[in-house]
Amino acid sequence: MESLPTQAPVPVLSVRGITKRFGGVTALAGVSLELLPGEVHCLAGENGCGKSTLIKIISGVERPDAGEVIIDGVSHSRMNATAAITGGVQVIYQDFSLFPNLSVAENIVLTAEVAGRQRFYRARAVRPKAQSIVEELGLDLDLDAEVGDLSVADKQLTAICRALVNDARVIIMDEPTTALTHSEVARLFTIVERLRSRGVALVFVSHKLEEVLAISQRVTIMRSGRVVTSGLATEFDRRSIAQHMTGTELDEARIVGPINADAEPRLTVSHLDLPGAFHDVSFTVAPGEIVGVTGLLGSGRTEIAEAIFGARPAASGDILVDGRPVSIRSIPDAVAAGIGYVPEDRLSQGLFLENSIADNIIAGSLDRHRNRWRGLDGARIRSTISRLFASLSIKAPSADAPVRSLSGGNAQRVVLAKWLATDPKVLVLNGPTVGVDVGSKSQILELLRQAAASGMGIVVISDDAPELVSCCHRVLVVARGRIADELRGDAISAESIHERMAA
Amino acid sequence: MQILRRLRGKNNEGILALVLVALIVTMSVLSPAFLTAGTAFSTLRSATVPLIFALAVLIVIVSGGIDVSFAAVAIFSAYTAVSFAITMAPELPAAVIIAMAIAIGAGLGLFNGLVIARFRLPTLIVTLGTQGIFVGVMYTYVGATYYAQLPPALAAMSSMTVLDFSTGTGRASLHVMAVVAIVLAVVVWWMLTRTMFGRSLYAIGGDVEAARRAGFRVMRTQILVYVLVGVLAAVAGIAHMVMGRSANPQDLVGDELDIIAAVVLGGASIFGGRGSVIGTVLGVILIQLINNSLLLAGVPSAWLRAAVGLLLIVGVGVQALSARRKARRVHTLDEDKSDRLVQEDVA
Repeated sequence: MESLPTQAPVPVLSVRGITKRFGGVTALAGVSLELLPGEVHCLAGENGCGKSTLIKIISGVERPDAGEVIIDGVSHSRMNATAAITGGVQVIYQDFSLFPNLSVAENIVLTAEVAGRQRFYRARAVRPKAQSIVEELGLDLDLDAEVGDLSVADKQLTAICRALVNDARVIIMDEPTTALTHSEVARLFTIVERLRSRGVALVFVSHKLEEVLAISQRVTIMRSGRVVTSGLATEFDRRSIAQHMTGTELDEARIVGPINADAEPRLTVSHLDLPGAFHDVSFTVAPGEIVGVTGLLGSGRTEIAEAIFGARPAASGDILVDGRPVSIRSIPDAVAAGIGYVPEDRLSQGLFLENSIADNIIAGSLDRHRNRWRGLDGARIRSTISRLFASLSIKAPSADAPVRSLSGGNAQRVVLAKWLATDPKVLVLNGPTVGVDVGSKSQILELLRQAAASGMGIVVISDDAPELVSCCHRVLVVARGRIADELRGDAISAESIHERMAA
Repeated sequence: MQILRRLRGKNNEGILALVLVALIVTMSVLSPAFLTAGTAFSTLRSATVPLIFALAVLIVIVSGGIDVSFAAVAIFSAYTAVSFAITMAPELPAAVIIAMAIAIGAGLGLFNGLVIARFRLPTLIVTLGTQGIFVGVMYTYVGATYYAQLPPALAAMSSMTVLDFSTGTGRASLHVMAVVAIVLAVVVWWMLTRTMFGRSLYAIGGDVEAARRAGFRVMRTQILVYVLVGVLAAVAGIAHMVMGRSANPQDLVGDELDIIAAVVLGGASIFGGRGSVIGTVLGVILIQLINNSLLLAGVPSAWLRAAVGLLLIVGVGVQALSARRKARRVHTLDEDKSDRLVQEDVA
């Protein structure tokens, strides 16, 4: 680890020799970091490398065992949340930490009022404050709307406005682009530029390397609680960042297996229609084929997947599995027809967090593990669990560990294992690598390729272009509820996908 | 549209008001004796104690908790203060007896709050437990004697009225305790909407973790909430005894359902973060009117509890359904908005 050459501007915030242990585990070992005014600083690293702990220490939520946080030359060895806020440090968490039951205006001003130790609250007096921030950033936010009713992107903008009310000079954004689509990211970046010009230092914590490189001036990469490297963003590229993060070479080549185009399609969707969500959607998926579905958030891509899985059934149209028409009115219908679905929000929809990995793997396929008397066949269950646990290389001490203890990438593998255990004919995945680090990502894509090679038909819904390029035979682009474009073979590239999505 | 939405209120208070008006109109048509100042004042009188209780419950529910021990706290603090005055110092002024009850109520509330905030236990279970403890301790150490006479200072308050006039059908009067309830409603409304403490209750009820990150002192606030509930409950307990002209240790406990139902019907969300004083007042009056009118209509009183139970389920059901409908709504991307922003910056 080498320190940066001293630059002319004085750092707004610096962190020196931070060490933090949880029980016997060292989460951070002597981490140092400097933030300069008007820079976007990318903090990259795999899940569990200590980024989140570092953010919590900077924002005063956790106390370090050793080291100091220096804001404007004042050293704080014991920070608390209020001291961080009054010092101008604001964190925009991945879940935004907004109050869903309060209005946009109140969400924007409330933390400032708390930090100022106000006793009284006058809605009419604080509203102009919120109004001026919203106008300054040139946003179109309804101040009276309840935050719970907003879209993800608008919630994020509300969180950014809130950060600015406190005269933030350091804004840390945890995974700011995860839930956003391409054009929303572009909008976020224009705002980030405006903040930069005000002299605000921004820290981006992100897995999406492309975006990070596009917006950052400096990059710091962490691995296992240490800073591995730090330097100007221009000195890095996708490959070198990934290499520092994982410690190994990253394989991102486009690898697609052969498909038998003559065989009966695994899945045929014809003229599927759900008013208000999507219209006249038709496509097929051959055995062994991976079909990507992409589009902006709100374009209808998620709704199409949910219709195929019966979570929100289509109003009209046909779905055929292996050439046989199936009527899908509910989730059990879809499961019976041999369709599996890995949802977007796996933590709330796909897993029993408190239960063991083993229980989760077997949860979807109990009916396939019954003996002659309809009881559960313990031996077969154990063999299925150990087979999938090993083949998916889930990083856990044993299959008895609770799912809550796993990192994002490993939790995602458990969801995959659950569906692979049911041996589906068609597997639909919605954002299979959202919030997953680069190392796990390529492993998950490899698992999908293996599943396809065994004859499964796979539908991947994603707005992560490199991921689609890496594993899909074909990519369907959804716009305003209709399939607007189909890319195949060499026509599939990150640029072509972005171009069609924005069109 | 905007006006309609405002009239409807954030927590459907407008709809509740409509139901209330419809009920009053129906009752007046069915029975001409219904729509008189006398009925209005007697409803107000019977709503006094429930309203004070409901304000206490509103505060807890907004902060994301629930308290079922408030009736036990009320009877414990009021009965202890009254029985002390009767047996030890019959000449104590009313203010001292009331202050004593309030101090005891605050102490019991503090106990609830400390257990809940310190050990982060589910509020329902803790208060269910302390309800039993409070009643048990009162029977064992304070006594279970029924006092048919209050201490003279309190007894004098029993007949204290603020407005007193004759109407065609009889005399109507506004009891001093009803005035206390109205003042408390205004104070709680002011606290919830105009103080940072009140707003922090909504914030904590909306998202505890977010509140903690925003710098709210969550534990302190939670403890204070239960102390406030204890204080309000003690006032309600005294009001109950003053208006009933007696001190019965077996009163109040067991009627918690009516109060919680009134608050939930008034639009407070049992999931926390939502609720208003206006809604709560309307909810209390609605439950009182339904109880009164069903009695007038000759429905056996045993069915009144069933009616309140039904209302509670309807109230919670409406909340749950609207939450589900909200979750189903699809957010479509407003493309013009983002494009415009990007273009502006380019230009």
